[in-house]
Order: sequence, then C-alpha cells, then structure tokens
Amino acid sequence: MSVTDVTPRSDARSTPRRPRPGPALQHGKAGFVLAFLAVPVAVYGLFVLSPYVQAIYISLTDWSGLTASQTFIGFDNYVRLFDDDQFWVALKNNVILMLVVPVVTLALGLFFASMINVGRRGRSGIEGVRGSKVYRIVYFFPLVLSMAVIGVLFKYVFAPTEAGGIFNGLLGLVGLDGLAQPWLGDPRFAFWCVVVVMIWAFVGFYVVLFSAAMQSIPKDIYEAALLDGSSRFTTFRHVTLPLVWDTVQVGWVYMAIQAMDGFALVHIMLGISGGPSRAGDVLGVALYRSAFNSYRFGYASAIGVVLLVLTLIISVLFMRAARRERVEL
Amino acid sequence: MTKISSEWSRRNFLRGALATGTLVLPGSSVLIGCATSGGGQEQTEGEATEDNPLGVPTDATLEVYIFNGGFGDAYATDVHQPMYKEKYPNAKIDHNAEVDIAGALQSRFVAGNPPDFVNDSGDGQIPLGQLVSDKQLYDLTDMYDAPSWDDPSVKVRDTLVPGAVESGVFGDAPYVMHMALTVYGLWYNKTLFDENGWTAPTTWDEMTALCGEIKKAGIAPWTYQGVHARYMNWPLLTMAAKLGGPEILTAIDNLEPGAWGHEAVRESANALASLKKNGYILQGTEGMDHIQAQGAWSEGKAAFLPCGSWLESEQADVTPENFEIAFMPEPLLSQDSAMPAETLRAQAGEPYIVPAQAKNPRGGLEYMRVMLSQEGARGFTEKVSSLTVVKGAADGIELPPGLTSAQQGLQAAGDDVLTWMYPTWYKDMENPGINSHTGELMAGRISVDEWVAGCEAEAKKVREDDSITKYTR
Repeated sequence: MSVTDVTPRSDARSTPRRPRPGPALQHGKAGFVLAFLAVPVAVYGLFVLSPYVQAIYISLTDWSGLTASQTFIGFDNYVRLFDDDQFWVALKNNVILMLVVPVVTLALGLFFASMINVGRRGRSGIEGVRGSKVYRIVYFFPLVLSMAVIGVLFKYVFAPTEAGGIFNGLLGLVGLDGLAQPWLGDPRFAFWCVVVVMIWAFVGFYVVLFSAAMQSIPKDIYEAALLDGSSRFTTFRHVTLPLVWDTVQVGWVYMAIQAMDGFALVHIMLGISGGPSRAGDVLGVALYRSAFNSYRFGYASAIGVVLLVLTLIISVLFMRAARRERVEL
Repeated sequence: MTKISSEWSRRNFLRGALATGTLVLPGSSVLIGCATSGGGQEQTEGEATEDNPLGVPTDATLEVYIFNGGFGDAYATDVHQPMYKEKYPNAKIDHNAEVDIAGALQSRFVAGNPPDFVNDSGDGQIPLGQLVSDKQLYDLTDMYDAPSWDDPSVKVRDTLVPGAVESGVFGDAPYVMHMALTVYGLWYNKTLFDENGWTAPTTWDEMTALCGEIKKAGIAPWTYQGVHARYMNWPLLTMAAKLGGPEILTAIDNLEPGAWGHEAVRESANALASLKKNGYILQGTEGMDHIQAQGAWSEGKAAFLPCGSWLESEQADVTPENFEIAFMPEPLLSQDSAMPAETLRAQAGEPYIVPAQAKNPRGGLEYMRVMLSQEGARGFTEKVSSLTVVKGAADGIELPPGLTSAQQGLQAAGDDVLTWMYPTWYKDMENPGINSHTGELMAGRISVDEWVAGCEAEAKKVREDDSITKYTR
C-alpha cells in the first residue's frame, strides 16, 4: 500500500529523501494504472494468451478441426508424437538449424560489418574497405524480399541442369560439371540447401545491426589500438567484439528463434512432405501438415506445444550462454 | 495491492517480454480462435412433386462455393446457375469463387453454418474422408436415385459411366459427386514420334526397345513429376493390375496385409525402376517439381510422361506450335496378362459436396442434378476441356487433340477401366506416405523389396490407427 514498498527493504529504515506523496495520488494510483493497462492486457489476453491455453487444451483432444465438438484423450497425442519417426527427423533438423544457422550467420555478419566499418587502415585512420558503401546496400537486398520470394528463387537456383538450374550452370561454367546434382532431389543435400539459403537471407540484417553498433564505437579507441600496433584481428577481438557484445547477444537470441521456425523456406523449397525421403522435415512443416493436410488439429497442437516448450528452453539457454560482463563506455 | 517488487527491473521486464515474444513466432498461432462451438442452422425443405422430385424449396437462397483453380468458375456461372434459375425463378443463387476452400469454409463447418454446395478441391481441399467421418456431409443417395433431368424414366445414377457413383461412396452411401472424368496414362508428342517413325509401344519389351532408340536420338525416353513421384505410382499400379487383375487394387484399397507385395506389383515396380538403371530417365528428374519436369517434357527433352488428362490444359501456355499431345495406355508387362492392352485407369474426379448442416441441402442436391444433365455436362466439357462422368455428353463436341486421343483410348478400353480409392479415403497414405517411397525407388536409392516394405508400412500405419475411419469396397 505504501510507497516504501517500492524501494528496496534496506532503504526502508533510512529517512526518505522526498516527502511522501499526498493521499490523493496514492488513492488514485490503482485506478490510474488499471485504466491504462486494462485494454492492452485484455487484448493481449484474448489474442495471445487465450490461443496458447486453447492450443494446449486442443493438444489433449482428438479434434479434427472440422467439428464443433472434440473428445478429451489425455496425452495420447504426445505418446503418438514420440513414437513417430518423422517427428524425430524434424526435431533433428530443427536442432541443426538452431546450431548451425545462428553461428554461421552471426560470424559472417560480424565479419562483413567489421570489414564495412573498420576494415581498412587508410590515411585518415580506420575506415571501411573500398566500396563499403556498395556492399552496405548489396547486403541489404535479401531483406527486402519476402521469404516466399526467396524460397521460389532458390528453388530455381538449385534446380537440376535440365530444368535450367542456375547453380549447376555456374558449376558448369567453371568446369565443375562433375559436381552438378539435383540438389533438392537428394536427401543428402536438400536440407543443407535450405540452411545455406536461410543464412543468405538473414546475414544482411545482422550486417546492418552490427554496423549500427560499430558506428557508435568512438574512433579514438581504434586509433589508440592502431598506435599500439594491434593487428586487425586483435583489434577485432579486443576492441570491436567486446563493444558490440550486447548487440550480438540480442542477435543471437533472435536468430536462434528464427532458426527454430524455418517453415516458409522448407515448405516452399522442399514441399509439404519435407523433401526427398522426407529427410528435410522441420517441426513447423510437420505441424502444418498434420493440421492442414491430415486435419488432425489435436496432434498438430501437440507438435505446437512441444515447439513452444523447446523455444522457451532455447531462449533461456541462449541468454544464459551469451551473458557476459558489459563494457561501459 | 499495487506493490511493485524491486525485482521488476527494466532488464527483467525486457527479458520476460523477449521470452514471451518467442511464443508468438512458431506456427502455433494458426490455431487462434478455432475452438469455437457451433450452433447449427435451420434447414428448409420444399414439397417433393413430380416436377420437383428432390423437394427443393423453390424460393430459398442457394449458397454455392466453386474452387477457382484450373477449371475457373465460368462453367458454374454461365451454364449451371442459369439452368437452376430458369427452373426456380424465385430462388436466389449466392455464388462464391474461392481459391482456398479450407481457408474460407473450415471455420464455417466448425460453427455449423456451412454453405449449401461446395466444390471441395484444390490445394485447400478439406479431406473428404475426414468430412465423412466427422458426419459433415449430406447423403447423396436421393439425388442419384431421382429421375434424371433429361428423361424422368431414367434415374440419375443410370446416366453415368460405371464407377462414377462408387467413386464418391464412403462406407454405405455416396457423399461426394465427382464430375470430371480423368483418363490416366502416358503422354507423348505425336509429331515427334511420326517424324522418327516411332509407334506407341503396347508391351514392355517394345517400350524398352523404343527407349533405346529414343535415347540414341539424343532425347531422354522418360521423365516424371520429380519430387511428386506419386505420378509414377499411377502407371506402376495400372501396369500391375493389367498383369494381375483388378483384384490387386481392391486389396490395396482394403489395406490387406501383403497387398503391395503382390508378384504383379513387384514386377511392375521392377520394370519402372529399370528405367533409371538403364539411364532412360531425364537426368535430374528426381530433383524437379511437376512444373519443371512437365516443362522439360513440353520442350522435347523427354519423350514419355505419366499424367492425367488435365495435362493438356495445364501445359497449354508452354506447348510449342508443332507439338501434338497424344495419349497411350500403359504397356503390358507380359503376353499372358489378366487384362487387355487397351485397359486404362479412368477416375472420376473434381469433388462436389453438400454439407450435412447446410441451410438448403435439397437445393444443393438439385444443383448436382443440373450438373449431371446432358446440357450441364456438355457445358462443363466445353468450358473446362475435360470429359465428364455423364454418358455421351461429350459426343460431337470438338475437343483439343490430347483430350480427343484420351477419349478414343477410353472408348477402346470399354469396360476395362481401372480405378482405386485409397488416396481419396486416406489422403496422407498416398502423400506424403507412398509418394516418398516411390520417389526413392525411381531415384534408384532403394530396391524394389525396400519399396514394398515401405508401402506395406504405410498401409499398416493406417490399418492400425484406430482414429482413422476405414472403408472397404
């Protein structure tokens, strides 16, 4: 009730520096807060929280998605899920996406961003490499394309030679015809094609993100490093990286969550079955397939709930792993 | 009451928000707001008379949903709806053309207020088997037993080709009306064959010999729809049934153990798999989709392609000038086959349904009777270039060359027409199930034995799943 509750207990005994607010403000506080929060909380509850609760409930039923009623079947959907080989294929691929894509994307993003911003040691001190203005724009291109467009585009890039595949054509140009493959038709490569495309699609965003962070680093730090004879790598390792670490941390979590999804690319490039031998399946596609191909909404919701739990765990783990002392400027 | 703990720092709040944000990203949000309970709606019915055998409420609105895909919706608005309006001038037709049927209607089925007539087709098709087992479809028996539009002394069911009614039977009653008659087989460019003096082979030995010649001419003998390898499953099962008799297909539909391991099925699988081993399949086919593979075929890169008779209109935009699309039935695997060489698979397709909870189900039935009239079917064929299940309705209509040759094939086959039901009854048994095994087989990654084992496993999965309603024939 009293304002002292707001301040930490250790301060409670010391004399308040400010006079206590009058009873009028104190009295109206609850109503004031409520008035501002009621609508957004209600909207959030209705459109965000309630669907989760419903999805969890639906996952415990046999709902087909076409009827007004459903039977409660307990954890049968989960039992079926863990018995389903295809679920484990999809889960394995999600884990690959989650580990490989963020690491490669962030590494490339950091590399490109540092090259664009602090890669060159010119006459006027530290600056971007030659043509960095062009690169800055080029790296951004994939971001203006929607995932659907990117998926269709790369379906043609990785198409077999006889269907006009661009990648195979390039291999032919440099005399590597022997390496040409029906990339998306071979279970050994299909999923990795998606991984490559995903990295290509996301790296531009992180270049922009890290560039913004790097531009806020004072140039005199670099000049000092330069005077001390620090090599480019050492400068990156001990100056750039610690000073953009906060941004990397945000990007890391964000990227891991994006990589958990992968639905659009897999669906478009490999199809609803998950590609050749169904080896490129991911949980998002498995969920969609169960819901909108088989009309087993109960089962699909079970996959959704598993995906939710996994995503939560991943977020917590990644945030823990990336925690590091912050460098204050 | 308004105690705000000091733990609630900005940092913690942001972290919490970030974690909550992760909840929104995965696909689970598609389930929002689906679990509503429906109330149903009142059904109207008119009085059945000689002129109105189905008891259509003559002044009621009829809400129609047509899938706006390859067939468009002009056949409905220009042919069938004017006929219905002419007979019932006081009725109003609420016409809707829809690309995504499930997107538009799933929630209406749940809520219990579906439209009166639906063309449940396309990518957004709601699986028919699921609709039947959820008791969402109206029994069509009355419509098939009603007097036909053209001749009151003949029932509607007797004006249709054999198998047409059966194709929509689930369990004990017909719930789905299939309008289009699709002829399946192999397709080739007649101009190219004539130029080279090649003729359509009728036995597998001739096929293999011709493939050798075609390959020498610098053309790949075969291609198929790549990742959609189920297209290859169609000649596979057809050839197997021609060799061993149609009972093989019945056994497969009835999910009998060992049905996929039948000697004739193995032999057929073996024959098709040998195409890959002999290098008779266009390189990279396994990595293409149907657009790419069929495009390559239209460009003349491959000679034979398995498909249904929609192929001609599907390829219309990319077919070159002197390319005459022609149809041939699958060749016989052996001289002592159970069925003649002309045997082919013809399947009634393009499903139309009347929802069980429709407001005006009798009007929906009547609309079907209109479609199945001579005039209605003829108009359908003219508008969409597809044969129909109505006997004699396409006679005298000028059809494009591919469809003409398919129709000739159908006439030559007579009663030797094959059909199977398992993809209609158990949609995901064929795709992704069998589809992926046949893809492996055709890419040469698995043996025929492994393919049989894979298909048997798919059948077993359906057979042992209590939550799937089973049908037999």
